[in-house]
Amino acid sequence: MEQIGQMLLAANTQWVLIGTLLLGLASGILGSFALLRKQSLIGDAVAHAALPGICIGFMLTGERSLIILLIGATVTGLLAAYCIQYIASASILKEDTAICLILSTFFGVGIVLLTKVQQMPSGNKSGLDSFIFGQAAGMVSSDVKLMAGAAALLLMVTIIFFKEFKLITFDAEFAKGLGLPVSALNFLFMTLLVAVVVIGIQAVGVILMAALLITPAISARYWTNSLSKMVIISGIFGAISGVIGTLISSLDRGIPTGPFIVVTATIIFFISILFAPARGIITLKIKRRMTNQKLLREQGQVK
Amino acid sequence: MTNPIEIRNLTVAYDKTAVLKDVQFSIPKGSLTGIVGPNGAGKSTLIKAILGLIPKVSGEIKIYGKPYKAKDRLVGYVPQRGSVDWDFPTSALDVVLMGRYGHIGWFKRPGKEDTILAKESLKKVGMDSYANRQISQLSGGQQQRVFLARALVQDAQVYFMDEPFVGVDAATEKAIIQLLTDLKDQGKTVIVVHHDLQTVEEYFDHCILLNKEVIASGVTEEVFTVEQLHQTYGGKLAFLDKGKVMVEQKR
Amino acid sequence: MSYEIWIIIVASLVGITCGVIGCFLILRKLAMLADAISHTVLLGIVLAFLISQSMNGIYMLIGAAIVGLFTAMLIQFLNHKGIQEDASIGVVFTFFFAIGVILITVFADSVHLDVDHALMGEIAFVPFDMVEIGFLPPLPKAFIMLLSILILNIILMMLFYKELKITSFDPALAAAIGIPVMFIHYLLMGMVSVSTVASFDSVGAILVVAMLIAPGASAYLLTNKLSHMLCLSAFFGVLAAISGYYVATWIDSSISGSMAMMSGVLFALVFIFSPTKGLLGKKMNHKRFRSESTAP
Repeated sequence: MEQIGQMLLAANTQWVLIGTLLLGLASGILGSFALLRKQSLIGDAVAHAALPGICIGFMLTGERSLIILLIGATVTGLLAAYCIQYIASASILKEDTAICLILSTFFGVGIVLLTKVQQMPSGNKSGLDSFIFGQAAGMVSSDVKLMAGAAALLLMVTIIFFKEFKLITFDAEFAKGLGLPVSALNFLFMTLLVAVVVIGIQAVGVILMAALLITPAISARYWTNSLSKMVIISGIFGAISGVIGTLISSLDRGIPTGPFIVVTATIIFFISILFAPARGIITLKIKRRMTNQKLLREQGQVK
Repeated sequence: MTNPIEIRNLTVAYDKTAVLKDVQFSIPKGSLTGIVGPNGAGKSTLIKAILGLIPKVSGEIKIYGKPYKAKDRLVGYVPQRGSVDWDFPTSALDVVLMGRYGHIGWFKRPGKEDTILAKESLKKVGMDSYANRQISQLSGGQQQRVFLARALVQDAQVYFMDEPFVGVDAATEKAIIQLLTDLKDQGKTVIVVHHDLQTVEEYFDHCILLNKEVIASGVTEEVFTVEQLHQTYGGKLAFLDKGKVMVEQKR
Repeated sequence: MSYEIWIIIVASLVGITCGVIGCFLILRKLAMLADAISHTVLLGIVLAFLISQSMNGIYMLIGAAIVGLFTAMLIQFLNHKGIQEDASIGVVFTFFFAIGVILITVFADSVHLDVDHALMGEIAFVPFDMVEIGFLPPLPKAFIMLLSILILNIILMMLFYKELKITSFDPALAAAIGIPVMFIHYLLMGMVSVSTVASFDSVGAILVVAMLIAPGASAYLLTNKLSHMLCLSAFFGVLAAISGYYVATWIDSSISGSMAMMSGVLFALVFIFSPTKGLLGKKMNHKRFRSESTAP
């Protein structure tokens, strides 16, 4: 207990917590849209595809400057998203095949480059491999501030374009009819999605980043039928997962953050699917039993 | 003699909302029956429930007096054309051969005899020259004919067809209805999900009006009346000059 | 036999095993399930180790097959409960993978697995892990395991070829004519799980996913016949393995990473140059079509 208390007082930990909280919030919110647009697994591919970009960023500059790495990751992430959509539209291959194909081959390229980076004299200290599973607790404070700032920026942009995103998600044709620049908005959304994945990979890791987009959003879906509420709930679930995962992983050096964030998010998901007021599996069972009993009682009274 | 199809008190539900309620009808042997009703009336669901593809909540389904069993080989099925992926790497002949899979049994491959049968039924639908064509290179009407050939090769007593006329050209529609009439004349029983009200009287001798429950069923002349159509479609009917009816379809 | 040859042979076996089975995943629109299962087998391997306390391949195979099948069933269950498919996949595999990683970290002292190994495999060590069986010369363990799985897969596929085909193309008709669609589905999932785990140990999760999908996707763009697609896919798997190996030695980098990369490069080539379904092929067909239709 004392250990946790001390840890919470440390300035860096506070920053890390703020960072993962904002990250969870942003990815929960963008994840809700991605889920409804059936694009959540694109997030998975984008996260994997960020690895080669990170390595290229490092190779070009020879130093571990987070902003360069993030720019590299954004470029390859966007490229991957574009390739997926192009393959799915220009050939007989379906989107799921395209996603899987791009994900694995881009990641393969990433692994090839990562091996090369580790052979560089400055490379073995680069810590790039922490991008695979995420190491939030070990982040230096400038990186954390960058992550927190970027997450806050993404949140703002999403809030500004909230009703446009809502419209293109719900009925793109109608949005076009209203004169909205649908393809530009689609591109903006994709960029935001790639950006949130990219800033998240340092904390959560490329492999598990998808969970932060999908799991809070699908959990939130169980609690409400309104999009605005779903987005807020999903953001909150994401933030809670981010904070709890970070706390657990900062207990000891070498505990990866990503897996604990994901497990927290999944536990919230299980609670939602079982106990959510209107649609939870167990809630429904209890309700049904109560109606049955009521019916029986009424029948008894009639007799 | 028992009717080929007897349905009693059939109820089917998705997520606790009933899609079919207390459906009850019987269809005589050697008839050509159209199942007609608005969108969402449960027409496809009815067929799928009869074939055991989706579970029923309650009710009794009998085909030639017995519950449906695939191994009895009494039933041939033509799903909606849109339900499969036409980019699948296979040829027209191959698709027709799939109709024989139920007859072939485990661990065996289609033999020469099956191929001959498949080619014959491709010929019946006028598609013999397309046997080796990849299925995505066929037009909508040709794809539907291939599906029909696949049903013929099943050599069944009762045929269920789900919207066979959607997206096909006029020539194909004529050819299909001719084939269905031939089947009927051979004493087979054919049930077709149909949504074009203008052709109902021309195509079918029996008719079931369905909107979650059976509004009416029996001989077309008796069932297909303006009053009962109104009941089936609610207020969505408009009338044409020649006494024919059409539906304002919202697509 | 030399060191190099064994690596190429083992990687080619992965290419054939995964490439062939991957075709069915692509045609059934289950590609993401390949991704999911290849991640969750990690949990199976770790659990098998923690329970059996041995690194014996058979236990790991069983553990991974069970977790793989369980993954497929849980996804199916969530799907059935009304959760859209991509979300069910995403939730399940990230959760299982996360637990796998946590278990590895917690039991780091006793588990000889590390996560990098799981991702990238240790194909370079394959030739050092030899076993002798009967009168045969010493053979790499991975070779024996992969060869047995491949043979098993081929036998199952030949026995159930027409069932696999019809349930992939038209599951509704298959069910109507009495073919047990769910049984075939789980049979396929079982095959995917054991193939994945047999490949996993030597080449890592990422190459498994690449080998499951990329060769099949390339083959799909070149043929209109299922049997040809299966053979071509095996061929592309082998080609990716061989070319990947030489690229890796040339640039001195990760072997499995290079193989995954090469499977992508091969796909890109097919995507552009395939005579019927490639970008260039399509353009030429359009031109021909236009000149034909303008001709008198």
